[in-house]
Amino acid sequence: MAIDSYRLDGEAGGNWLLRLAAPQAFFPVAGKMIPWFAALAVLFALPGLYLSFFVAPTDFQQGEAYRVIFLHVPAAWMSMFLYVIMACWAALGLILNTRLSGMMASAVAPTGAMFTFLALWTGALWGKPTWGTWWVWDARLTSELILLFLYFGFIALTNAIDDPRRADRAGAVLAIVGVVNIPIIYFSVKWWNTLHQGASVSLTRAPSMAATMLVGMLLMALAAWMYSIAAALWRVRSIILERERDAQWVRELRGVQ
Amino acid sequence: MNWGSFGNFVHMGGYGFYVWGSYLMGVVCIAGELILLARRARLAERRA
Repeated sequence: MAIDSYRLDGEAGGNWLLRLAAPQAFFPVAGKMIPWFAALAVLFALPGLYLSFFVAPTDFQQGEAYRVIFLHVPAAWMSMFLYVIMACWAALGLILNTRLSGMMASAVAPTGAMFTFLALWTGALWGKPTWGTWWVWDARLTSELILLFLYFGFIALTNAIDDPRRADRAGAVLAIVGVVNIPIIYFSVKWWNTLHQGASVSLTRAPSMAATMLVGMLLMALAAWMYSIAAALWRVRSIILERERDAQWVRELRGVQ
Repeated sequence: MNWGSFGNFVHMGGYGFYVWGSYLMGVVCIAGELILLARRARLAERRA
């Protein structure tokens, strides 16, 4: 063990990324990164909330009801981003057979499910005053609900299989197949005639909203990103400890504490 | 955006229920996840 850990530290000229892929090497690095991303999340959320409630003007059509947007859109974006990230980690695990990849996929899933639920919840509370209904089975809402079930399916499937490596592989297949739902969610408002409005923010044309609204929303989205990274890193540390319980390095870690 | 009074701010132009219902659930979700994360970390460290 002494020789192994010496090699791990000593191969400075080797591929640092590959070395970081070892759960035992990533564990302390993740621990150091969490407070930074948590601080960034707060740093973005505070001015984001300030703009959302005290600077952004009243919408001339929706009145103050539109202020749900500052939570709804970041949550909806994160629900899709996190699914793609989860699927990428899962695919990486299938292709390279690296242990950490499956752990990362499992670490991202609950946060993704949380944001999906939040997008649906805030959507319902926004829909009632503006559309007159909490829910409608249109393409956008239905595909987002399917996304929530995909997250639940991934979590349930990986928890149901005892052998973590087999659980990772089974979950990876589900996650990768489910990716097809992401473009369906995103383009649903174009492909079908939905009650849900089209995209307010696009890379190809000027945003259809006031600058302060847009900046507030983007700050909230950045805060959601930073929060998600911090949450996933925190969760992956627990997953590493749970899975590597019997490994020598975990025992040594315990001895140190 | 000048709300004038705290009451107006809470009222949200008549949409207080929808706006605060959204943000309250946001707080509940994030606080809930953080509590679960802390508990899982504590259990994992104890059993490690």
